[in-house]
Amino acid sequence: MERKISYAAAIGEAQAQAMDRHESVFICGLETDGERGIFGTTVEPCKKFPHRVFDMPLCENGITGFGLGTSLAGMRPIMVHARIDFLMLAMDQIVNHAAKWKFMTGNAFNTPMVIRTIIGRGKGQGAQHAQALHSMFAGVAGLKVVMPASACDAKGLLISAIEDDETVVYIEHRFLHPIEGCVPEDYYKVPIGKARILTQGSDVTIVAISHMVIEAQRAAIELLKDGISAEVIDLRTIKPIDEETILNSVSKTGGLIVADVGQKICGVGSEIVSLVMEKAFNFIDVPPVRIGLPDYPVPTAIPMEEQYYPSWINIVSEARKMMGKNLGKIESGVVATRNFQGPF
Amino acid sequence: MDKILNDLAYAMIRIRKVEEKIDELNEAEKVKCPTHLCVGQEAIAVGVGHNLLQKDYVFSTYRGHGHYLAKGGDLKKMMAEILGSEKGCCKGRGGSMHIVDPDVNFMGTSALVGGCLPAAVGTAWASQMKNEKRVTAVFFGDGAVEEGIFHESMNFASLKKLPIIFVCENNFYAVNSPIEARQPLGADIYKRAEGYRMKGYLVDGNNVLDVNKIAKELIDNARNGDGPSLLEARTFRWCVHVQHYNETLKRKEELINWQKRCPIKNLGFSSLEIVKMSQKINLEIEELLN
Repeated sequence: MERKISYAAAIGEAQAQAMDRHESVFICGLETDGERGIFGTTVEPCKKFPHRVFDMPLCENGITGFGLGTSLAGMRPIMVHARIDFLMLAMDQIVNHAAKWKFMTGNAFNTPMVIRTIIGRGKGQGAQHAQALHSMFAGVAGLKVVMPASACDAKGLLISAIEDDETVVYIEHRFLHPIEGCVPEDYYKVPIGKARILTQGSDVTIVAISHMVIEAQRAAIELLKDGISAEVIDLRTIKPIDEETILNSVSKTGGLIVADVGQKICGVGSEIVSLVMEKAFNFIDVPPVRIGLPDYPVPTAIPMEEQYYPSWINIVSEARKMMGKNLGKIESGVVATRNFQGPF
Repeated sequence: MDKILNDLAYAMIRIRKVEEKIDELNEAEKVKCPTHLCVGQEAIAVGVGHNLLQKDYVFSTYRGHGHYLAKGGDLKKMMAEILGSEKGCCKGRGGSMHIVDPDVNFMGTSALVGGCLPAAVGTAWASQMKNEKRVTAVFFGDGAVEEGIFHESMNFASLKKLPIIFVCENNFYAVNSPIEARQPLGADIYKRAEGYRMKGYLVDGNNVLDVNKIAKELIDNARNGDGPSLLEARTFRWCVHVQHYNETLKRKEELINWQKRCPIKNLGFSSLEIVKMSQKINLEIEELLN
């Protein structure tokens, strides 16, 4: 039987194995060396390489620039930020410097750095601790953006990101950390820029991102009961986007739903719908649908929070509409938001 | 000493002549990017650069031609870059504001004020992690001190006792905004070091011998593991902020006073000696432009 470990442990293992192989890899970020080790993700590297895991001052912009400098000097830094919201303080060094240095110096230098960060959600974390801002990074020329949804991809994509010679923004989702999956024990890579088809289907394509992959898989099972065959794609990399996998799937099914953990407006969903309309217009039978967050900040009270986040129910409902099936009310189960008990 | 003095003078005149040439090319509309000339400020680049080893790192700003040349950067590649050629040091992707020469560890320049400070701290950190005894020098202006990143960088450099010298070229202006409009009166830049338990020094940025002397001390300290320091070098930019050489009327009186303190003329060389050196340099420039 294959070994099962959590998404958080897989991240820890990826880092520890990369540090074992490459002297140049180190980790830095606030409390990365702490007991809880960033939701458990830095515990293993810290135990094995205590002198290569650095607690840092609270200076997100500075940390990014320090990391950039070490990368120019041949190191491979992994910078960890416990929330993506905090990265807004680092935008100058990420957008203007790290993303540009290799290009604007005519490839004089590589910038092998990984910026690890986490999308928060649940238990009232609210407007400044639960934003999903990945599309902002995807919009920046010179950055690669990955968002693994499974433990296996969390490890393989992180190793790819660490070994990449450019800047990679590696975005986790707080709800994914405890979820277990089969993870090979060896050192392996999942290629950046490759999506993965999780469920084959013929009626509608569901392109899902990060935690919405879990919701999409649940939706696909429900839809099967309705006689709707959904093809679920885990996008895995936001940029560079895997056009081929998406276009092939949509050409087959004729329908597209994008389920993103981020906002609907100007989000990754908008990009994927545009792509499909530009390049697969003739294959599309029904207007594509974006499922994403509404255009207002994240609220804290539980009923408001539950209303804010779409789930598998929205995916099922949209797919049914798309297929012209009105099958009445969907029996709702426990909503993910209510399950989350921290730690924050 | 004479040899050193001669080297310092020659290096400063070379920077001046290159900047004058760029201005000339600008007037002829041959330059393909914004250029920020450092005429009047040459002594700082030369005084610091003279004490750095090839393995040492330098980061600079969009006003970086002088720092690049003082570190031993390839002049031909820099000119090609400014003229928009694929033979340029950035293959035409960077222009004057992003010159780089990895062969001499001139790591790059930023068009964002203060933008290079943390990356410079990063190379110093890497040098410490790898125990390489390589010093980093980072140049920035008085405006950068107003940015948060200056404090983030100073704090971390001091916390880790990193081998870096922060060189602030205080030319009293951010574009056209005078320092009195931007910083509290009497809040001397070099004194900010104290708050980070770092040593801060003030030097006449138009006196290359003074800069050379203090830079040697601070670079030696950094290399010996005594940690970072902040050097404020006061000087004046003879040119407007970007592109053209000629100063507007607004700062004319100030400029005339500073030109009396020209870092090159005040070194004690005769006009003839300066002309001779200039001719040699002009020949070098003409040759590489052909």
